[in-house]
Amino acid sequence: MAETPTQGAPSETFKPIAPRPPPRNAVGPLRWMRENLFSSPLNVILTLIGVYLIWLIVPPFIDWALLSADFTGTSADDCASDGACWVFIGRRFDFFIYGFYPDAERWRVDIMFVMLAAFLVPQFIPGFPAQGRKWLGIFGLTLFPVIAGALLLGGVFGLPFIETGKWGGLMLTLVLSYVGIVAALPIGTLLALGRRSSMPVIRTICVTFIELWRGVPLISVLFMASVMLPLFLPEGVNFDKLLRALIGIVMFQSAYMAEVIRGGLQGIPKGQYEAASALGLGYWRSTALIILPQALKMVIPGIVNTFIALFKDTTLVLIIGLFDILGTVQAAIVDPAWGRVAVEGYVFAAFCFWIFCFGMSRYSQGLERKLHTGHQR
Amino acid sequence: MAEPAAFVPPRGPAFWRNPRVRAVAFQVVALVLVLWFFWTIFDNTMTNMESRGITTGFGFLDNTAGFGILFSLIPYDETNTYGRTFIVGLLNTLLVSGLGILFATIIGFILGVARLSPNWLIAKMALVYIEITRNIPLLLQIFFWYFAVLRTLPGPRQSLEFPLGSFLNNRGLYAPAPLVEPSFWAVVLTFFAAIAGAVALLRWAKKRQDATGQRFPAWPVSLAMVVGLPLALFWIIGAPVLWDMPELKGFNFKGGMRLIPEFIALWLALTLYTAAFIGEIVRSGIQAVSHGQTEASQALGLKRGQTLRLIVIPQALRVIIPPLTSQYLNLTKNSSLATAIGYPDLVSVFMGTTLNQTGQAVEIVAMTMAVYMTISLSISLFMNLYNRAVALKER
Repeated sequence: MAETPTQGAPSETFKPIAPRPPPRNAVGPLRWMRENLFSSPLNVILTLIGVYLIWLIVPPFIDWALLSADFTGTSADDCASDGACWVFIGRRFDFFIYGFYPDAERWRVDIMFVMLAAFLVPQFIPGFPAQGRKWLGIFGLTLFPVIAGALLLGGVFGLPFIETGKWGGLMLTLVLSYVGIVAALPIGTLLALGRRSSMPVIRTICVTFIELWRGVPLISVLFMASVMLPLFLPEGVNFDKLLRALIGIVMFQSAYMAEVIRGGLQGIPKGQYEAASALGLGYWRSTALIILPQALKMVIPGIVNTFIALFKDTTLVLIIGLFDILGTVQAAIVDPAWGRVAVEGYVFAAFCFWIFCFGMSRYSQGLERKLHTGHQR
Repeated sequence: MAEPAAFVPPRGPAFWRNPRVRAVAFQVVALVLVLWFFWTIFDNTMTNMESRGITTGFGFLDNTAGFGILFSLIPYDETNTYGRTFIVGLLNTLLVSGLGILFATIIGFILGVARLSPNWLIAKMALVYIEITRNIPLLLQIFFWYFAVLRTLPGPRQSLEFPLGSFLNNRGLYAPAPLVEPSFWAVVLTFFAAIAGAVALLRWAKKRQDATGQRFPAWPVSLAMVVGLPLALFWIIGAPVLWDMPELKGFNFKGGMRLIPEFIALWLALTLYTAAFIGEIVRSGIQAVSHGQTEASQALGLKRGQTLRLIVIPQALRVIIPPLTSQYLNLTKNSSLATAIGYPDLVSVFMGTTLNQTGQAVEIVAMTMAVYMTISLSISLFMNLYNRAVALKER
């Protein structure tokens, strides 16, 4: 406010002195450290232990992985230093991605990767139009598996046939987990509905199925699929190893999926069922139009979490002799030409899995926050 | 006057639209389909087994196994039967899952509390550990510990020395083995008696506090009882335990007890992997206790430790127990990954070697699955009982 001359001399107005700066340890990084690192004697000790642990682990790892590592070269001779031999990963990278898939046909796998990214990435972009997202999602669940199957397997449209024994690496991991989840969704939904059915026979069958598969380890399911399935089939009928593994994985996964979806079904208020019947909708129509859309939406985070578990569990197929990404790494590190590269191989495989799983878990946590509208503090 | 029209009951829906008729029909169809499915499988299996010359039945369990097992809790050699291999495998599975559950719980609780620590560094370190460990497949972690760490250790002559006379090398961990004299059992007996006494003391103290409000330092006293009494007796009767120390003789260690690297790798990986999941469960359990509860207990004048012990933990346990149970089940089932590195667990010994040698696929798979089902059911039964004890008691 501008001062007017009538309001007394300027020397008489009250002029506060400038506030003194707060004590040095009450602002800025010092304050932060006092509050978050050294707030009590116990915390001082804990912080010191933590710093020591980090000092013990991080610098040697960075030195090994980056500073004294070998990045360029063509063979084991180029890995003369003490650090990591990333040359090995570079040289065998194609093997880790495509397995034994023939060189000339790898463009087919690349197309599959591109299609996968094309409909998956928009699902994670918040600004993408909802309608487009929905149709891309439907494409991914229905048409995509058929197209990708024809593309990878070949034998149609003049594409040479590639037997599944040659599939491997990241591509096989993706095939196993994608088929596992896409096939498990409908079966799991039916099982979950069956478990909540009022018909005792249906309910018993579904409960037995679910609890049986959930009670045994995936390894024994895969063993069963590879050893016992041939016994179960009529003589002369046999199918390939990958398909047998897939059947095992789908059965196992549907049981887990059923439990996730059951959680969603239980979360639907009874009023919704009653309102649907009052409108004259029968069981299937009320389920398909009223109940499932709400229930499935509610359990998307749970479905993603199940998918993460499945994605990690696909590594188990190497025990029955399929070469997923861990299988190819395991096969490559025993190559005597490269010497000791086990750690490099495992770090690479771990990093691949970590990227996928961490990304998906972040996505599901974000969804959970979006769907969770209760009190938060 | 016209006759009143006779009352015609409204015709119900045609019988194929009657929900009750439909339900019965559906169930009959489902039952027939399932039975037909199992009959086909049974029939095919019988035909296939016959054509392969495999006799069905459990008679094979009495045949001589003829293969050695790397690690066994009970005496076993090649001349024993397949029945015994089953027991050996089962015990090995129980050993690694039991120890895994114990340590995963301890580390998991530490991680969960660390995640909520006011100390920024500790909280972030726990977060980084959890996010790294739980997003990498367990099998990969087992391989890492086995092939990249334990297998690359130096041989027995350059062993790494650990405190208390233990040695770690590429053949495993050698530790002193206790040789127990008979009088030691008196100490063990005292220990259990002290535990029983402590439980009784705690009950009495609680009853008295409920009735009169007087407090009794029951926890320190019972702790002193459980630890002190056996130790005192141990010294009085003259420390009746001898230690069999491992010693380097020639190219290998003699004496002591040996933990094979397969066991260590599997146990480490299972523990560290499951601990990350348990850590998250514990964190969300503690966070689920509403903040008002803590504030109310502080308003009542309870100290921080009391708030934690009397208000937060009992309520958090309700949220923690059910998912914790499923983690225990997961750990037990995951212990079957032993097959991949050759630790002789049930799946590896029985579903692997024994099945390959005898070809009795149906019996062996059924027995193995039955074992896992039994373990699963008993863990969930036990945890459900515990859950009932801590569950909210509503009037």
